[in-house]
Amino acid sequence: MIRTYALLAWTWTRAAAQYPVSFALMTAGGAVVGGLDIAAIWVIFANTDRLAGFGLTEVMFLYGASQLAFALADLLFGNLDRISRHIVSGTLDVMLIRPASPFVQVASDRFTPHRIGRSIQAGAVLAVGLSRLDVPLGRVWMVPVMVVSGIVIFTALFTLGGALQFLLTAAPEVANAFTYGGATLTQYPLSVYDPRIVRGLTFGLPLAFVNWQPGLYVLGRPDPLGLPSWTGLLSPAAALALAAVAALAWRAGIRRYRSTGS
Amino acid sequence: MTVIPGHGAAVALYPRLAWYGFRRHATYWAAALAGAFTNTVFGVLRAYVLIALWQARPGLGGYDVAGAVTFTFLTQAFIGPMQLFGGGLDLPERIRTGDVALDLVRPASLQLWCLSEDLGRAVYLFAVRGGPPTLVGALLFGIVAPHAPAAFLLSVALGVLVSFAWRYIVALATCWVMDDRGLAVLSMVLTTFFSGLMLPLSIFPGWFGELSRALPWSAMAQVPADVYLGTADPARALGFQALWAAVLLALGALMTGAARRKVVIQGG
Repeated sequence: MIRTYALLAWTWTRAAAQYPVSFALMTAGGAVVGGLDIAAIWVIFANTDRLAGFGLTEVMFLYGASQLAFALADLLFGNLDRISRHIVSGTLDVMLIRPASPFVQVASDRFTPHRIGRSIQAGAVLAVGLSRLDVPLGRVWMVPVMVVSGIVIFTALFTLGGALQFLLTAAPEVANAFTYGGATLTQYPLSVYDPRIVRGLTFGLPLAFVNWQPGLYVLGRPDPLGLPSWTGLLSPAAALALAAVAALAWRAGIRRYRSTGS
Repeated sequence: MTVIPGHGAAVALYPRLAWYGFRRHATYWAAALAGAFTNTVFGVLRAYVLIALWQARPGLGGYDVAGAVTFTFLTQAFIGPMQLFGGGLDLPERIRTGDVALDLVRPASLQLWCLSEDLGRAVYLFAVRGGPPTLVGALLFGIVAPHAPAAFLLSVALGVLVSFAWRYIVALATCWVMDDRGLAVLSMVLTTFFSGLMLPLSIFPGWFGELSRALPWSAMAQVPADVYLGTADPARALGFQALWAAVLLALGALMTGAARRKVVIQGG
Protein backbone atom coordinates (compact mmCIF):
# COMPACT_ATOMS: atom_id res chain seq x y z
CA MET A 1 0.00 0.00 0.00
CA ILE A 2 2.76 2.41 0.96
CA ARG A 3 4.71 1.39 -2.14
CA THR A 4 1.75 2.10 -4.40
CA TYR A 5 1.19 5.45 -2.70
CA ALA A 6 4.86 6.42 -3.03
CA LEU A 7 4.92 5.37 -6.69
CA LEU A 8 1.79 7.38 -7.57
CA ALA A 9 2.90 10.42 -5.54
CA TRP A 10 6.33 10.31 -7.16
CA THR A 11 4.71 10.26 -10.62
CA TRP A 12 2.78 13.45 -9.82
CA THR A 13 5.91 15.01 -8.30
CA ARG A 14 7.85 14.36 -11.50
CA ALA A 15 4.98 15.89 -13.45
CA ALA A 16 5.10 19.01 -11.26
CA ALA A 17 8.90 19.19 -11.67
CA GLN A 18 8.40 19.71 -15.41
CA TYR A 19 7.38 23.30 -14.56
CA PRO A 20 10.07 24.30 -12.05
CA VAL A 21 9.24 28.03 -11.97
CA SER A 22 5.55 27.37 -11.39
CA PHE A 23 6.45 24.81 -8.72
CA ALA A 24 8.75 27.25 -6.89
CA LEU A 25 6.15 30.04 -7.04
CA MET A 26 3.33 27.82 -5.77
CA THR A 27 5.54 26.54 -2.91
CA ALA A 28 6.38 30.12 -1.96
CA GLY A 29 2.68 30.99 -2.30
CA GLY A 30 1.74 28.29 0.22
CA ALA A 31 4.29 29.64 2.69
CA VAL A 32 2.93 33.18 2.21
CA VAL A 33 -0.68 32.07 2.76
CA GLY A 34 0.43 30.40 5.98
CA GLY A 35 2.40 33.52 6.84
CA LEU A 36 -0.89 35.46 6.88
CA ASP A 37 -1.93 33.52 10.01
CA ILE A 38 1.28 34.59 11.68
CA ALA A 39 0.67 38.17 10.59
CA ALA A 40 -2.77 37.96 12.24
CA ILE A 41 -1.20 36.59 15.44
CA TRP A 42 1.35 39.41 15.30
CA VAL A 43 -1.44 42.01 14.99
CA ILE A 44 -3.26 40.47 17.98
CA PHE A 45 -0.14 40.54 20.13
CA ALA A 46 0.63 44.08 19.01
CA ASN A 47 -2.56 44.94 20.90
CA THR A 48 -2.25 42.67 23.94
CA ASP A 49 0.43 40.75 25.87
CA ARG A 50 -1.74 37.75 26.66
CA LEU A 51 -4.60 36.07 24.84
CA ALA A 52 -6.77 33.87 27.09
CA GLY A 53 -3.80 33.44 29.44
CA PHE A 54 -1.15 32.67 26.80
CA GLY A 55 1.75 34.76 25.53
CA LEU A 56 3.09 35.18 21.99
CA THR A 57 5.76 32.42 22.12
CA GLU A 58 3.33 29.92 23.61
CA VAL A 59 0.76 30.70 20.90
CA MET A 60 3.51 30.34 18.27
CA PHE A 61 4.41 26.92 19.69
CA LEU A 62 0.76 25.76 19.72
CA TYR A 63 0.17 27.21 16.24
CA GLY A 64 3.33 25.63 14.78
CA ALA A 65 2.60 22.19 16.21
CA SER A 66 -0.96 21.98 14.89
CA GLN A 67 -0.28 23.64 11.55
CA LEU A 68 2.76 21.45 10.85
CA ALA A 69 0.60 18.38 11.52
CA PHE A 70 -2.20 19.76 9.37
CA ALA A 71 0.07 20.81 6.50
CA LEU A 72 1.71 17.38 6.34
CA ALA A 73 -1.67 15.61 6.52
CA ASP A 74 -2.93 17.95 3.80
CA LEU A 75 0.14 17.28 1.65
CA LEU A 76 -0.20 13.50 1.98
CA PHE A 77 -3.97 12.97 2.18
CA GLY A 78 -5.66 16.32 1.49
CA ASN A 79 -6.76 15.17 -1.95
CA LEU A 80 -9.27 12.83 -0.33
CA ASP A 81 -11.57 15.86 -0.39
CA ARG A 82 -11.67 15.59 -4.18
CA ILE A 83 -13.63 12.34 -4.00
CA SER A 84 -16.94 13.97 -4.89
CA ARG A 85 -15.39 15.02 -8.20
CA HIS A 86 -14.28 11.43 -8.79
CA ILE A 87 -17.83 10.29 -8.04
CA VAL A 88 -19.46 12.89 -10.31
CA SER A 89 -17.06 12.36 -13.23
CA GLY A 90 -17.10 8.58 -12.88
CA THR A 91 -13.33 8.20 -12.36
CA LEU A 92 -13.97 6.45 -9.03
CA ASP A 93 -15.30 3.47 -11.02
CA VAL A 94 -11.94 3.22 -12.79
CA MET A 95 -10.13 3.27 -9.44
CA LEU A 96 -12.37 0.56 -8.00
CA ILE A 97 -11.53 -1.95 -10.74
CA ARG A 98 -7.77 -1.40 -10.45
CA PRO A 99 -5.83 -3.84 -8.24
CA ALA A 100 -4.87 -1.13 -5.73
CA SER A 101 -6.60 0.34 -2.71
CA PRO A 102 -9.08 3.07 -3.74
CA PHE A 103 -8.05 5.01 -0.61
CA VAL A 104 -4.44 5.15 -1.81
CA GLN A 105 -5.51 6.06 -5.33
CA VAL A 106 -7.84 8.90 -4.29
CA ALA A 107 -5.31 10.23 -1.75
CA SER A 108 -2.42 10.25 -4.23
CA ASP A 109 -4.36 11.42 -7.30
CA ARG A 110 -3.11 14.88 -8.33
CA PHE A 111 -0.59 14.78 -5.47
CA THR A 112 0.52 18.40 -5.07
CA PRO A 113 4.12 18.56 -3.80
CA HIS A 114 4.07 22.35 -3.56
CA ARG A 115 1.93 22.00 -0.41
CA ILE A 116 5.28 21.41 1.32
CA GLY A 117 5.58 25.23 1.39
CA ARG A 118 2.93 25.40 4.09
CA SER A 119 4.72 22.69 6.13
CA ILE A 120 8.02 24.59 5.93
CA GLN A 121 6.33 27.78 7.17
CA ALA A 122 4.61 25.95 10.05
CA GLY A 123 7.79 24.05 10.94
CA ALA A 124 9.70 27.34 11.08
CA VAL A 125 7.13 28.87 13.43
CA LEU A 126 7.26 25.77 15.65
CA ALA A 127 11.06 25.90 15.74
CA VAL A 128 11.11 29.61 16.64
CA GLY A 129 8.44 29.11 19.31
CA LEU A 130 10.25 26.13 20.86
CA SER A 131 13.66 27.78 20.84
CA ARG A 132 12.29 30.71 22.88
CA LEU A 133 10.43 28.56 25.37
CA ASP A 134 13.14 26.69 27.31
CA VAL A 135 11.26 23.39 27.45
CA PRO A 136 13.06 20.86 29.73
CA LEU A 137 14.53 17.83 27.94
CA GLY A 138 12.29 15.54 29.96
CA ARG A 139 9.22 16.86 28.16
CA VAL A 140 10.51 17.91 24.72
CA TRP A 141 10.20 14.34 23.40
CA MET A 142 6.45 14.91 23.40
CA VAL A 143 6.77 17.44 20.54
CA PRO A 144 7.41 14.91 17.74
CA VAL A 145 4.81 12.60 19.30
CA MET A 146 2.18 15.33 19.21
CA VAL A 147 2.99 16.27 15.63
CA VAL A 148 2.67 12.65 14.48
CA SER A 149 -0.57 12.23 16.46
CA GLY A 150 -1.81 15.45 14.89
CA ILE A 151 -1.03 14.12 11.41
CA VAL A 152 -3.05 10.97 12.20
CA ILE A 153 -5.96 13.00 13.60
CA PHE A 154 -6.11 15.35 10.59
CA THR A 155 -5.73 12.43 8.16
CA ALA A 156 -8.65 10.75 9.91
CA LEU A 157 -10.63 13.99 9.50
CA PHE A 158 -9.83 14.12 5.77
CA THR A 159 -10.95 10.48 5.53
CA LEU A 160 -14.18 11.18 7.42
CA GLY A 161 -14.77 14.21 5.17
CA GLY A 162 -14.20 11.99 2.12
CA ALA A 163 -16.61 9.36 3.47
CA LEU A 164 -19.19 12.12 4.10
CA GLN A 165 -19.01 13.06 0.42
CA PHE A 166 -20.48 9.70 -0.57
CA LEU A 167 -23.67 11.09 1.01
CA LEU A 168 -23.24 14.75 0.04
CA THR A 169 -21.98 14.59 -3.54
CA ALA A 170 -23.47 17.98 -4.41
CA ALA A 171 -22.01 19.82 -1.42
CA PRO A 172 -18.41 18.70 -0.84
CA GLU A 173 -17.65 22.04 0.88
CA VAL A 174 -19.35 20.81 4.06
CA ALA A 175 -16.34 18.56 4.69
CA ASN A 176 -14.08 21.66 4.66
CA ALA A 177 -15.77 22.91 7.81
CA PHE A 178 -14.32 19.90 9.65
CA THR A 179 -10.89 19.60 8.01
CA TYR A 180 -9.88 23.22 7.47
CA GLY A 181 -12.12 24.23 10.37
CA GLY A 182 -10.19 21.83 12.61
CA ALA A 183 -6.92 23.36 11.46
CA THR A 184 -8.19 26.89 12.17
CA LEU A 185 -9.63 25.88 15.52
CA THR A 186 -6.27 24.58 16.79
CA GLN A 187 -4.33 27.72 15.78
CA TYR A 188 -5.11 29.40 19.07
CA PRO A 189 -5.08 28.06 22.65
CA LEU A 190 -8.39 26.26 23.23
CA SER A 191 -8.86 28.41 26.35
CA VAL A 192 -10.29 31.11 24.04
CA TYR A 193 -13.33 28.90 23.40
CA ASP A 194 -16.33 28.15 25.56
CA PRO A 195 -15.52 25.31 28.06
CA ARG A 196 -18.41 23.29 26.62
CA ILE A 197 -16.77 23.36 23.18
CA VAL A 198 -13.42 22.34 24.70
CA ARG A 199 -15.09 19.39 26.47
CA GLY A 200 -16.66 18.35 23.17
CA LEU A 201 -13.23 18.53 21.53
CA THR A 202 -11.72 16.42 24.31
CA PHE A 203 -14.31 13.68 24.77
CA GLY A 204 -16.03 13.81 21.36
CA LEU A 205 -14.11 14.87 18.27
CA PRO A 206 -10.59 14.65 19.75
CA LEU A 207 -9.13 17.87 18.29
CA ALA A 208 -7.91 18.84 21.76
CA PHE A 209 -5.31 16.09 21.39
CA VAL A 210 -3.68 17.70 18.34
CA ASN A 211 -1.83 20.41 20.24
CA TRP A 212 -3.85 21.52 23.26
CA GLN A 213 -3.54 18.69 25.80
CA PRO A 214 -0.03 17.58 24.70
CA GLY A 215 0.94 21.26 24.40
CA LEU A 216 -0.10 21.91 28.00
CA TYR A 217 2.07 18.94 29.01
CA VAL A 218 5.08 20.29 27.09
CA LEU A 219 4.56 23.78 28.51
CA GLY A 220 4.08 22.34 32.00
CA ARG A 221 0.84 24.27 32.48
CA PRO A 222 -2.27 23.09 34.32
CA ASP A 223 -5.43 22.39 32.30
CA PRO A 224 -7.96 25.22 32.78
CA LEU A 225 -10.71 22.56 32.91
CA GLY A 226 -8.88 20.60 35.63
CA LEU A 227 -7.93 17.47 33.67
CA PRO A 228 -4.77 15.75 34.99
CA SER A 229 -1.46 16.63 33.32
CA TRP A 230 -1.00 13.14 31.86
CA THR A 231 -4.08 13.65 29.64
CA GLY A 232 -1.73 15.03 27.00
CA LEU A 233 0.11 11.71 26.87
CA LEU A 234 -3.09 10.11 25.55
CA SER A 235 -2.74 11.86 22.16
CA PRO A 236 -1.56 8.76 20.26
CA ALA A 237 -4.45 6.71 21.68
CA ALA A 238 -6.99 9.39 20.77
CA ALA A 239 -5.50 9.62 17.27
CA LEU A 240 -5.71 5.86 16.74
CA ALA A 241 -9.31 5.74 18.01
CA LEU A 242 -10.36 8.47 15.55
CA ALA A 243 -8.42 6.73 12.76
CA ALA A 244 -10.37 3.51 13.44
CA VAL A 245 -13.69 5.37 13.22
CA ALA A 246 -12.56 7.05 9.99
CA ALA A 247 -11.50 3.72 8.47
CA LEU A 248 -14.92 2.22 9.25
CA ALA A 249 -16.70 5.26 7.77
CA TRP A 250 -14.59 5.09 4.61
CA ARG A 251 -15.31 1.38 4.18
CA ALA A 252 -19.02 2.01 4.69
CA GLY A 253 -18.87 4.75 2.04
CA ILE A 254 -17.11 2.53 -0.51
CA ARG A 255 -19.59 -0.30 0.16
CA ARG A 256 -22.56 2.00 -0.17
CA TYR A 257 -21.27 3.61 -3.38
CA ARG A 258 -23.27 2.98 -6.53
CA SER A 259 -21.83 4.05 -9.82
CA THR A 260 -23.60 6.79 -11.76
CA GLY A 261 -23.55 4.28 -14.59
CA SER A 262 -22.36 6.75 -17.18
CA MET B 1 -41.21 38.14 -32.36
CA THR B 2 -39.37 41.22 -33.54
CA VAL B 3 -35.86 42.08 -32.47
CA ILE B 4 -35.71 45.44 -30.75
CA PRO B 5 -33.40 47.51 -32.93
CA GLY B 6 -30.64 49.85 -31.91
CA HIS B 7 -30.01 51.15 -28.48
CA GLY B 8 -32.96 49.44 -26.77
CA ALA B 9 -31.44 45.97 -27.21
CA ALA B 10 -28.22 47.00 -25.48
CA VAL B 11 -30.13 48.48 -22.56
CA ALA B 12 -32.10 45.27 -22.10
CA LEU B 13 -28.99 43.11 -22.51
CA TYR B 14 -27.27 43.87 -19.22
CA PRO B 15 -30.26 43.35 -16.88
CA ARG B 16 -30.86 40.09 -18.69
CA LEU B 17 -27.23 39.02 -18.14
CA ALA B 18 -27.58 39.89 -14.47
CA TRP B 19 -30.68 37.71 -14.30
CA TYR B 20 -28.77 34.84 -15.98
CA GLY B 21 -25.94 35.25 -13.48
CA PHE B 22 -28.47 35.05 -10.65
CA ARG B 23 -30.18 31.97 -12.12
CA ARG B 24 -26.91 30.20 -12.82
CA HIS B 25 -25.81 30.43 -9.21
CA ALA B 26 -29.30 29.62 -7.96
CA THR B 27 -28.98 26.26 -9.76
CA TYR B 28 -26.18 25.24 -7.41
CA TRP B 29 -28.11 26.00 -4.23
CA ALA B 30 -26.65 23.02 -2.36
CA ALA B 31 -23.11 24.26 -2.95
CA ALA B 32 -24.13 27.75 -1.82
CA LEU B 33 -25.68 26.39 1.38
CA ALA B 34 -22.59 24.27 2.05
CA GLY B 35 -20.51 27.42 1.61
CA ALA B 36 -22.78 29.25 4.03
CA PHE B 37 -22.35 26.41 6.55
CA THR B 38 -18.56 26.59 6.28
CA ASN B 39 -18.56 30.40 6.54
CA THR B 40 -20.71 30.11 9.66
CA VAL B 41 -18.45 27.56 11.37
CA PHE B 42 -15.39 29.74 10.70
CA GLY B 43 -17.34 32.76 11.93
CA VAL B 44 -17.92 31.05 15.29
CA LEU B 45 -14.20 30.20 15.59
CA ARG B 46 -13.12 33.75 14.71
CA ALA B 47 -15.69 35.22 17.09
CA TYR B 48 -14.17 33.38 20.08
CA VAL B 49 -10.65 34.60 19.25
CA LEU B 50 -11.90 38.19 18.94
CA ILE B 51 -13.92 37.90 22.18
CA ALA B 52 -10.73 36.78 23.97
CA LEU B 53 -8.86 39.75 22.49
CA TRP B 54 -11.60 42.23 23.39
CA GLN B 55 -11.77 40.86 26.91
CA ALA B 56 -8.08 41.67 27.26
CA ARG B 57 -8.50 45.07 25.56
CA PRO B 58 -12.08 46.39 25.96
CA GLY B 59 -12.98 49.11 23.47
CA LEU B 60 -10.11 48.26 21.12
CA GLY B 61 -10.44 49.84 17.67
CA GLY B 62 -13.59 51.66 18.71
CA TYR B 63 -15.69 48.47 19.05
CA ASP B 64 -17.11 46.86 22.17
CA VAL B 65 -17.31 43.04 22.43
CA ALA B 66 -20.74 42.95 20.73
CA GLY B 67 -19.38 45.16 17.94
CA ALA B 68 -16.37 42.87 17.42
CA VAL B 69 -18.64 39.79 17.25
CA THR B 70 -20.96 41.57 14.80
CA PHE B 71 -17.93 42.56 12.71
CA THR B 72 -16.85 38.89 12.55
CA PHE B 73 -20.17 37.54 11.32
CA LEU B 74 -20.72 40.42 8.89
CA THR B 75 -17.35 39.89 7.24
CA GLN B 76 -17.99 36.12 7.09
CA ALA B 77 -21.30 36.95 5.40
CA PHE B 78 -19.41 39.07 2.83
CA ILE B 79 -17.20 36.16 1.69
CA GLY B 80 -19.83 34.94 -0.81
CA PRO B 81 -21.16 38.17 -2.34
CA MET B 82 -17.77 39.95 -2.34
CA GLN B 83 -16.01 36.73 -3.42
CA LEU B 84 -13.25 37.49 -0.91
CA PHE B 85 -11.29 34.33 -1.76
CA GLY B 86 -11.19 35.42 -5.41
CA GLY B 87 -12.68 33.86 -8.52
CA GLY B 88 -16.34 34.10 -9.46
CA LEU B 89 -15.51 35.08 -13.06
CA ASP B 90 -15.18 32.75 -16.07
CA LEU B 91 -12.69 35.09 -17.67
CA PRO B 92 -9.32 33.43 -16.75
CA GLU B 93 -10.55 30.09 -18.10
CA ARG B 94 -11.78 31.79 -21.31
CA ILE B 95 -8.45 33.58 -21.72
CA ARG B 96 -6.52 30.32 -21.33
CA THR B 97 -8.67 28.51 -23.87
CA GLY B 98 -8.72 31.49 -26.27
CA ASP B 99 -12.52 31.84 -26.12
CA VAL B 100 -11.98 35.41 -24.96
CA ALA B 101 -11.37 36.34 -28.63
CA LEU B 102 -15.11 35.78 -29.17
CA ASP B 103 -15.99 37.87 -26.11
CA LEU B 104 -13.85 40.76 -27.33
CA VAL B 105 -15.53 41.04 -30.74
CA ARG B 106 -19.07 41.01 -29.34
CA PRO B 107 -20.87 44.34 -29.85
CA ALA B 108 -21.05 44.81 -26.09
CA SER B 109 -18.48 45.89 -23.53
CA LEU B 110 -16.69 42.87 -22.04
CA GLN B 111 -16.35 44.64 -18.71
CA LEU B 112 -20.05 45.52 -18.49
CA TRP B 113 -20.94 42.01 -19.63
CA CYS B 114 -18.93 40.45 -16.81
CA LEU B 115 -20.16 43.06 -14.33
CA SER B 116 -23.81 42.32 -15.10
CA GLU B 117 -23.34 38.58 -14.57
CA ASP B 118 -21.35 39.24 -11.42
CA LEU B 119 -24.03 41.50 -9.94
CA GLY B 120 -26.61 38.75 -10.45
CA ARG B 121 -24.26 36.32 -8.69
CA ALA B 122 -23.68 38.75 -5.84
CA VAL B 123 -27.40 39.36 -5.20
CA TYR B 124 -28.04 35.62 -4.94
CA LEU B 125 -25.03 34.92 -2.72
CA PHE B 126 -25.78 37.93 -0.50
CA ALA B 127 -29.07 36.27 0.41
CA VAL B 128 -27.98 32.63 0.57
CA ARG B 129 -24.43 32.93 1.91
CA GLY B 130 -24.91 36.16 3.84
CA GLY B 131 -28.07 35.21 5.74
CA PRO B 132 -27.02 32.05 7.62
CA PRO B 133 -23.78 33.36 9.23
CA THR B 134 -25.54 36.54 10.37
CA LEU B 135 -28.48 34.58 11.76
CA VAL B 136 -26.32 32.04 13.62
CA GLY B 137 -24.14 34.83 14.95
CA ALA B 138 -27.24 36.58 16.25
CA LEU B 139 -28.57 33.40 17.89
CA LEU B 140 -25.29 32.26 19.46
CA PHE B 141 -23.67 35.53 20.52
CA GLY B 142 -26.18 38.28 19.76
CA ILE B 143 -25.23 40.91 17.20
CA VAL B 144 -26.06 44.60 17.17
CA ALA B 145 -28.69 46.08 14.83
CA PRO B 146 -27.56 48.08 11.77
CA HIS B 147 -26.82 51.70 12.54
CA ALA B 148 -27.94 53.00 9.13
CA PRO B 149 -29.61 50.19 7.11
CA ALA B 150 -29.97 52.12 3.84
CA ALA B 151 -26.36 53.34 3.89
CA PHE B 152 -25.26 49.80 4.75
CA LEU B 153 -27.01 48.28 1.72
CA LEU B 154 -25.52 50.97 -0.50
CA SER B 155 -22.11 50.28 1.01
CA VAL B 156 -22.49 46.54 0.31
CA ALA B 157 -23.41 47.33 -3.31
CA LEU B 158 -20.36 49.57 -3.69
CA GLY B 159 -18.24 46.87 -2.03
CA VAL B 160 -19.42 44.35 -4.64
CA LEU B 161 -18.54 46.88 -7.35
CA VAL B 162 -14.99 47.35 -5.97
CA SER B 163 -14.64 43.58 -5.56
CA PHE B 164 -15.72 43.00 -9.17
CA ALA B 165 -13.45 45.75 -10.51
CA TRP B 166 -10.47 44.20 -8.70
CA ARG B 167 -11.24 40.60 -9.73
CA TYR B 168 -11.76 41.73 -13.33
CA ILE B 169 -8.29 43.32 -13.36
CA VAL B 170 -6.76 40.15 -11.87
CA ALA B 171 -8.62 37.98 -14.39
CA LEU B 172 -7.63 40.13 -17.37
CA ALA B 173 -4.00 40.17 -16.23
CA THR B 174 -3.97 36.50 -17.28
CA CYS B 175 -3.61 37.86 -20.86
CA TRP B 176 -0.11 39.05 -19.97
CA VAL B 177 1.02 36.70 -17.21
CA MET B 178 -0.50 33.46 -18.60
CA ASP B 179 -0.49 31.83 -15.14
CA ASP B 180 -3.86 32.50 -13.60
CA ARG B 181 -3.21 30.30 -10.53
CA GLY B 182 -0.29 32.39 -9.26
CA LEU B 183 -2.33 35.56 -9.79
CA ALA B 184 -5.27 34.00 -7.96
CA VAL B 185 -3.09 33.16 -4.94
CA LEU B 186 -1.60 36.67 -4.87
CA SER B 187 -5.07 38.23 -5.10
CA MET B 188 -6.40 35.95 -2.34
CA VAL B 189 -3.53 36.86 -0.01
CA LEU B 190 -4.08 40.59 -0.54
CA THR B 191 -7.86 40.40 -0.31
CA THR B 192 -8.21 38.16 2.76
CA PHE B 193 -5.67 40.14 4.76
CA PHE B 194 -6.40 43.72 3.69
CA SER B 195 -10.20 43.49 3.46
CA GLY B 196 -10.55 43.05 7.21
CA LEU B 197 -11.64 39.42 6.88
CA MET B 198 -8.89 38.02 9.12
CA LEU B 199 -8.91 40.81 11.71
CA PRO B 200 -10.51 44.27 11.77
CA LEU B 201 -8.17 46.73 10.04
CA SER B 202 -8.95 49.20 12.82
CA ILE B 203 -6.65 47.25 15.20
CA PHE B 204 -3.69 47.12 12.79
CA PRO B 205 -0.92 49.12 14.45
CA GLY B 206 0.64 52.42 13.33
CA TRP B 207 1.39 53.35 9.71
CA PHE B 208 0.64 49.78 8.64
CA GLY B 209 -2.93 50.26 9.86
CA GLU B 210 -3.23 53.64 8.12
CA LEU B 211 -2.02 52.11 4.86
CA SER B 212 -4.26 49.05 5.10
CA ARG B 213 -7.33 51.23 5.67
CA ALA B 214 -6.55 53.36 2.60
CA LEU B 215 -6.12 50.41 0.19
CA PRO B 216 -9.01 49.31 -2.06
CA TRP B 217 -9.50 45.94 -0.34
CA SER B 218 -10.81 47.64 2.81
CA ALA B 219 -13.81 48.77 0.71
CA MET B 220 -14.86 45.11 0.39
CA ALA B 221 -15.41 44.19 4.06
CA GLN B 222 -14.04 46.68 6.60
CA VAL B 223 -15.93 49.72 5.27
CA PRO B 224 -19.39 48.08 4.87
CA ALA B 225 -19.02 46.57 8.35
CA ASP B 226 -18.07 49.97 9.78
CA VAL B 227 -21.11 51.56 8.11
CA TYR B 228 -23.29 48.84 9.66
CA LEU B 229 -21.79 49.40 13.12
CA GLY B 230 -21.85 53.19 12.83
CA THR B 231 -18.09 53.39 13.46
CA ALA B 232 -17.53 55.24 10.16
CA ASP B 233 -19.13 58.37 8.80
CA PRO B 234 -21.49 56.97 6.08
CA ALA B 235 -20.92 59.78 3.57
CA ARG B 236 -17.13 59.56 3.82
CA ALA B 237 -17.20 55.75 3.72
CA LEU B 238 -19.42 55.63 0.63
CA GLY B 239 -17.27 58.28 -1.05
CA PHE B 240 -14.13 56.22 -0.35
CA GLN B 241 -15.73 53.12 -1.88
CA ALA B 242 -17.07 55.02 -4.90
CA LEU B 243 -13.62 56.50 -5.52
CA TRP B 244 -11.91 53.12 -5.52
CA ALA B 245 -14.70 51.61 -7.65
CA ALA B 246 -14.22 54.38 -10.25
CA VAL B 247 -10.41 54.05 -10.26
CA LEU B 248 -10.41 50.26 -10.56
CA LEU B 249 -13.22 50.16 -13.15
CA ALA B 250 -11.34 52.75 -15.25
CA LEU B 251 -8.15 50.69 -15.00
CA GLY B 252 -10.10 47.60 -16.03
CA ALA B 253 -11.52 49.46 -19.04
CA LEU B 254 -8.01 50.53 -20.09
CA MET B 255 -6.80 46.94 -19.77
CA THR B 256 -9.74 45.69 -21.84
CA GLY B 257 -8.65 48.01 -24.67
CA ALA B 258 -5.05 46.84 -24.36
CA ALA B 259 -6.15 43.19 -24.30
CA ARG B 260 -8.16 43.71 -27.49
CA ARG B 261 -5.08 45.08 -29.30
CA LYS B 262 -2.94 42.27 -27.91
CA VAL B 263 -5.32 39.61 -29.20
CA VAL B 264 -5.27 41.24 -32.66
CA ILE B 265 -1.45 41.33 -32.67
CA GLN B 266 -1.29 37.62 -31.87
CA GLY B 267 -3.67 36.96 -34.74
CA GLY B 268 -6.52 35.91 -32.51
